[in-house]
Amino acid sequence: MLRKGLFRKPKNELEHRGMDQAFAQPFIPDDVCIFCSSCKNTLFVTEVKDNNYVCPVCSTHFKVSARERIHMILDDGSFDEFYTDLTSFNRIDFPGYEEKLENAKEESGETESVICGKGTIGGFETTIFVMDSKFMMGSMGTVVGEKITRLFEYATKEKLPVIGYTLSGGARMQEGILSLMQMAKTSGAVKRHSDAGNLYVTVLTDPTTGGVTASFAMEGDIILAEPKALIGFAGPRVIEQTIRQKLPQGFQRSEFLLEKGFVDAIVERKDQKIYLKNILALHSKEVLL
Amino acid sequence: MEAYKRVMAARAKGRATTQDYIDNLISDFMEFHGDRRYADDAAIIGGIGKLKNMPITVIGIEKGHTTKEKVKRNFGSAHPEGYRKALRLMKQAEKFNRPILCLIDTAGAYCGIEAEERGQGLAIAENLMEMMTLKTPILSLFIGEGGSGGAIGLAVADQVWMLENAVYSVISPEGCASILWKDASKMKEAAQCLKLTAKELYELGVVEKVIKEKEQGKEFKKVYYLLEDLLFDAFEKALKLPKEELLESRYQRFRKIGAQDEQ
Repeated sequence: MLRKGLFRKPKNELEHRGMDQAFAQPFIPDDVCIFCSSCKNTLFVTEVKDNNYVCPVCSTHFKVSARERIHMILDDGSFDEFYTDLTSFNRIDFPGYEEKLENAKEESGETESVICGKGTIGGFETTIFVMDSKFMMGSMGTVVGEKITRLFEYATKEKLPVIGYTLSGGARMQEGILSLMQMAKTSGAVKRHSDAGNLYVTVLTDPTTGGVTASFAMEGDIILAEPKALIGFAGPRVIEQTIRQKLPQGFQRSEFLLEKGFVDAIVERKDQKIYLKNILALHSKEVLL
Repeated sequence: MEAYKRVMAARAKGRATTQDYIDNLISDFMEFHGDRRYADDAAIIGGIGKLKNMPITVIGIEKGHTTKEKVKRNFGSAHPEGYRKALRLMKQAEKFNRPILCLIDTAGAYCGIEAEERGQGLAIAENLMEMMTLKTPILSLFIGEGGSGGAIGLAVADQVWMLENAVYSVISPEGCASILWKDASKMKEAAQCLKLTAKELYELGVVEKVIKEKEQGKEFKKVYYLLEDLLFDAFEKALKLPKEELLESRYQRFRKIGAQDEQ
């Protein structure tokens, strides 16, 4: 009987270590570099941050937290946050919702998926809401509905514009029908704000879908979008499952919506502050004619 | 698995559809077609007629009974033009001070390429906004399935009523199960979690009235008789209200859901 491994090359510790995975790949910590899945380049985080979280090579707009956005859009130190005491709880005893909420809070560092408040843009006073992807993908539950409704009611009373950055996977399933009702509730507040002659500008960001698209996202006097953002009522996967065919390239992206006539303009992130300032200026009662 | 039984009942073959309600409740009904923008959507029936002696506008989502009808009605899933037709007829009702009855029975607004191209989200959003301030009484009655955005697009009303076996949900139990447990076959558990039955929704304060159903068939006539009286009384009362009061109470009806004082 032959001994097993008779003709095998003897083990060489040094050779083996040379092949080790840890040595074969360069070690890149997550907080130093990011990978752009669009142009396949590895980029420094600092470089991307300085460029408004836009890829300096291919101009892909990366997701940005609600706080960062407020920092980018509003004048420094002008932001006054509202309704921070409102937090979600498990209203319909939905299994696992408490843990979901805890995880979302930890991941995003926020108490809910929307931040509301007021501030100035180029000196023009406005109220603003910004949704955050890291909190349950910006889903709309009762607190999101309540915060946005209150903001519109406040803006109506104070005769202020509302600027809204939308980002959402839709109504929050874990709060059942109560989430769906927020679509009507927020729309009612938008209508009152509008009927009183106030300005509402929405900026649709990636992704804006479901119940948010079918309510306050599409109710702006002026509807702007970030480049290549996914915007739609039904998500692409749901549509593919329904019609059993592949969707065309670029379907439901900002450029597609512009072509179909559903957004006023696509505005790159670096230009948004100036763009919004100019809109506010044109609607300002203080402007000298 | 009580909840899922209701879902099955709401979807059951042979269940009364919008057309049946119109035939039994409304006399001299005339159907009006088209959104004046793009097309006529057969998934939504709209028109005018009389409830007892009261002129009213009726708008309802129709699923159809036979396979041929179902295909024609797109299985009760409306496209944007359907919601736009509904809004056009509701504006007409407002002009002539006619109450509006919306009958809801849909798995959801249609998910497809054309629906997206023509702005499904926008069409529903516009209905939500406009219905909130429409200066005429609106009552939405859920007769079968109430599927999410497609249902609420016709359910911003002064009162929302449900048949005992109707359901109303933010997502289908199948959809919920596949997201939650990556397994669509757990729809029974999902139905239980979503609180989608008429009774549960009544307890949550989302609907004002639950209509008891007798057995299907001949006995169902009794439901129509009951509804005829109840709807007539509700509209008669609502028509007498000053418009500001009507609109304020419609606004507050939704405003209070999930408001802070509940916490």
